[in-house]
This record gives sequence, C-alpha cells and structure tokens, in this order.
Amino acid sequence: MSPLQLCLLFSSALFCVGLVGALARSNTILVLLGIELMLNAANINFIAFWRFSPSPSPATGVLFVIFSIAVAAAEAAVGLALVIAVYRHQKNIRLQEASRLKG
Amino acid sequence: MNAVLLAIALVTLGTAAVAMTLRNLIHSALLLIASWAGVAAFYLWAGAEFVAFAEVLVYVGAVSMVVLFAVLLTRRSRADFTVTPDSVGRASSGFLAGGAVCGVLFGAVIASPMGVMSSPTPTVTVRQIGAQLMGTHAAALLIVGVLLTVALLGAIVIASADRKDNSEDAP
Repeated sequence: MSPLQLCLLFSSALFCVGLVGALARSNTILVLLGIELMLNAANINFIAFWRFSPSPSPATGVLFVIFSIAVAAAEAAVGLALVIAVYRHQKNIRLQEASRLKG
Repeated sequence: MNAVLLAIALVTLGTAAVAMTLRNLIHSALLLIASWAGVAAFYLWAGAEFVAFAEVLVYVGAVSMVVLFAVLLTRRSRADFTVTPDSVGRASSGFLAGGAVCGVLFGAVIASPMGVMSSPTPTVTVRQIGAQLMGTHAAALLIVGVLLTVALLGAIVIASADRKDNSEDAP
C-alpha cells in the first residue's frame, strides 16, 4: 500500500471519528470539537496530495491548508460564542433543549 | 517511513476516539490537544513545517484554550463537567452513519489505483510561502483577514453580556 493511500485512510478514519462525535453526542461543545476534527482531516488530505503528487507545484497545498486553518479558527470562535449565548438564554447547552425556534 | 506514519496515525486516532467518548468535558478537551499535536506531527512528517507550526499555534494553543474557556463558562456547579449520557438511539444512529461513511471512504481509497510514486519531498521555504501569499494569493489573504476580523468581532458581540439585563438587575 502506497504512503498516499495510508495518509488517505488516516484522514478518512479521523473524519469518521469526528463525524461520529458530531452526530452521537448531544453536548454542543463536543459537537463543535467533532467538526474541528473533520476539518483537520480535510487539511490532512490537502497535505497528503501535495506531498505525494508527481510534480508538486511549490506551495499550493500549504497555502490551501493555511487558509483553511484560518477559516476553521474563525468558525471555532463564532461557534463557541454561540454556545455561550445559548447557555445564557437557557442555562443548558444540550442540543435537544435548544428548540425554541422549532415550528 | 510508513512505521512513523502509522505511529502518528495511531496516537491521533486513539486520542480523538477516546476524547469523543469520554463523559468529562475537560478530559475531552485535553485529549484533543494531544490529537491536534499528532496532526501537527503528521504535517512535520510530510515536510510541511510551516503548516505544522501554524497548527500548533492555532489548535494546540488557541482553539483548545477557547474550548476550555467555553467549558468553564457554561457550567452551573463544580460537578457539571461530566455530561449526562446520551440516548442509546442517538448514539447508535451516529455510529451507524459514521460507520457507513467510514466504509464508503475506505472502500474508495483502497479501490482507487494510486501508483507507488517515490517522489522526493517537495521543499517549500517560508520565503516562498510569503512571496506566494503577497503575490499570487494577495486577494485571498486580504479576504481571510477581513473574514477573521468580522468573525471575531461577531463572536464578541454574540458572547458579550446584555447591558440591559444588568441595568434591570441593579437597584
């Protein structure tokens, strides 16, 4: 098995761990952490394809990952601010109880 | 070479999986720091040093601290770090969906023909990255800067306490 395939298997496994965490847990902070893990898995794919491509252009994969990390950091900050706002309104951060907008 | 990759993958996946199953939120956040450090080690292994240091700075340093602050700010009592167990239906459906996605991804990766390419590690210096950021990708850099500013300002506005409530509480 080539190293590229190993890298891709690693990133798919990390993605699935994050997906299971985001779907199976009902604590909002853990759901956010699962989404962060999925974003990390996508970044691993970028780096793997950059590293093992036949003729890598100088820095394309690296730049992709840098921008992706910046967007993920913004997402984490906004997500945790939303968690704090939800907690202030209903003193709980369980996903099932954040149903005020339900029709 | 592959042994190092396997070790990194085992550490990263193990800590991430344990962190997603623990009851204690603080322990989960601390284990995820180890997981992100493992991802940074993978970047170092792949020859992307700049990205590895960015990962350490952003995830191991910043995001983990923000998560810990969020855990500390959203608890009611000292014993509130442990979350109540989730329903069996929710957990099993999550595992089913995750397992299905895992199977599809693994099958696709293993079935796709990827020749064994022994390409040399591409070297990229910080100077090259800086030149690309300021030259070819200058517009993207500016947009990311604006996005970060707007997102962080929005986060502060969302998370800051309402003044009105405080003045009503005051006598």
